[in-house]
Amino acid sequence: MIKFDNVNKRYPGGHEALSGVSFHLQAGEMAFLTGHSGAGKSSLLKLIACIERASRGNVIIDGQNLTRLKNRHIPALRRKIGVVFQNHNLLYDRTVYDNVALPLIIAGYHQSEVGRRVRAALDKVGLLGKERLMPITLSGGEQQRVGIARAVVNRPPLLLADEPTGNLDPELSREIMGLFEQFNQVGVSVLIATHDHDLISRLDHRLLTLDHGRLARDGRTTEMLHAQTG
Amino acid sequence: MRGALRSNGPLAILPLTLTLSPKGEREHTEGCIESTMSDKAKQKPRGKINAYFTHHLWVLVSSLGVLWRTPLATLMTAAVIGIALALPAGLHVLLQNVQQLSTGWEGTAQMSLFLKSGVPETRIKALADKLRNWEGVAEVRYISREQALAEFRAQSGFGGALDSLDENPLPAVLVIRPTAEAAEPAQMELLLGKVQKLEPVDLAQLDMEWVRRLAGIIELGKRGVLLLGGLLGLAILLVVGNTIRLTILGRRQEIIVTKLIGATNAFIRRPFLYTGFWYGLMGAVLAWLLVASLLGLLSDPVSRLSFLYNSDFSLGGLGLETVLILLGSGIGLGLLGSWLAVGRHLQEIEPT
Repeated sequence: MIKFDNVNKRYPGGHEALSGVSFHLQAGEMAFLTGHSGAGKSSLLKLIACIERASRGNVIIDGQNLTRLKNRHIPALRRKIGVVFQNHNLLYDRTVYDNVALPLIIAGYHQSEVGRRVRAALDKVGLLGKERLMPITLSGGEQQRVGIARAVVNRPPLLLADEPTGNLDPELSREIMGLFEQFNQVGVSVLIATHDHDLISRLDHRLLTLDHGRLARDGRTTEMLHAQTG
Repeated sequence: MRGALRSNGPLAILPLTLTLSPKGEREHTEGCIESTMSDKAKQKPRGKINAYFTHHLWVLVSSLGVLWRTPLATLMTAAVIGIALALPAGLHVLLQNVQQLSTGWEGTAQMSLFLKSGVPETRIKALADKLRNWEGVAEVRYISREQALAEFRAQSGFGGALDSLDENPLPAVLVIRPTAEAAEPAQMELLLGKVQKLEPVDLAQLDMEWVRRLAGIIELGKRGVLLLGGLLGLAILLVVGNTIRLTILGRRQEIIVTKLIGATNAFIRRPFLYTGFWYGLMGAVLAWLLVASLLGLLSDPVSRLSFLYNSDFSLGGLGLETVLILLGSGIGLGLLGSWLAVGRHLQEIEPT
């Protein structure tokens, strides 16, 4: 689903955010991406969503090589990727329903289909009764769940999350992670960038660790625990 | 960021009025997440074409709704466009009226052939007969030297002065009235050239020279209206472009989010284009009302004035054609202005 092949990302000004990163995330796999602040987590996610382009190497998403992807094909790529943002990126002048419906409207779904899917997605994240509310009236955890509902409403094969539990307490964070695991169980590939070691150490998934733009470790979260303790 | 997203921008494309039917939706709930990759067939959106037009209609209505929510700002922009359109449109109508008036006068155009002295009357009569058979000549009237003298004596009041002269100083005159088709300036010019060459003719003169000059002035006026219209059209483009540009900048965060979710440029452009469409249409309608009411104000005095001149001329209004051109150019300029602004500024707004 995601294949990085010796990828470098250098920003104008010379800062090298990623260097020589190679890994392969299989379809249906779930992985965490971790590393210190500035290690290149966000840059890596941006390369996947084609917000940035790799300076060198190949990024292949669902069989598509992004280095050669034309600009006009970017929207189609992004519709295959559900993204959950740390700051939610909701539109605060619309209801929860309209926020979640946005990807479907963009993709040109019929209204009856939109209604069905939006309610299904909101039900999945436990917000079915709140579709008429404005996002600003919801708590941080609820807003994040609206963001997740919007990310999955279009049934994308790939789900990206950038610090999805950044502002949430441990209880809520576990709930959110539980949601991601549920999506993964039904076949969605999931990649979550996070620095919350406590949280991920309790889950058994693949763990990619970035250190100053290099892929320092590629193993299981349980191994990380061993590495720390012993 | 929240501040930037608060307002109701033209991107408010979502069917806010969609009512929810809670019945029987639970059974679909499970299927939402489970069929992510396996069954592509199920993912295919139903009725995409239908949804596309519904969406267009929705954006059309909702962009009007957005403008409606800020009536003063909308009215001001529309008024600028309206005035800019009303100026050339009003001038055009006035020119049309002047032209209307002068075509009435062209019918009375005539040509006077002053004959050389000493040409015998029989020859003059033969010449008159010959001219009557010419193409474009409706009537030839012969004014003999005696008749001319009598006329002059009666009209000028210089009868006494004439009496002191030994002989009649006035030449014989043939007055040609052209047919209606031949009454236009170019044809008259041609006819004038032909009669000038006739041997007994001393001098041929077009009596309605000033009609031609007026036609020339009208032609110049039309060109001026066209140039003025072009300049004001450019101004409208700038006004609409700038208004749309500000709207785009106000919706910056919104545009970024929709781009991240996979919106195409066409999708993002759409509400802005429709906003431009509405500005243009409102401006054109406003211009129509302006010109119509100005003409209404002028029509009474004009009728009174023309009555004093024993004419039944009355001010003509905006014809259907002019109204259509007005609406068309308003809408066209609105669309083009927003298109230019959107094309220029959407490229700059990319998620980072």
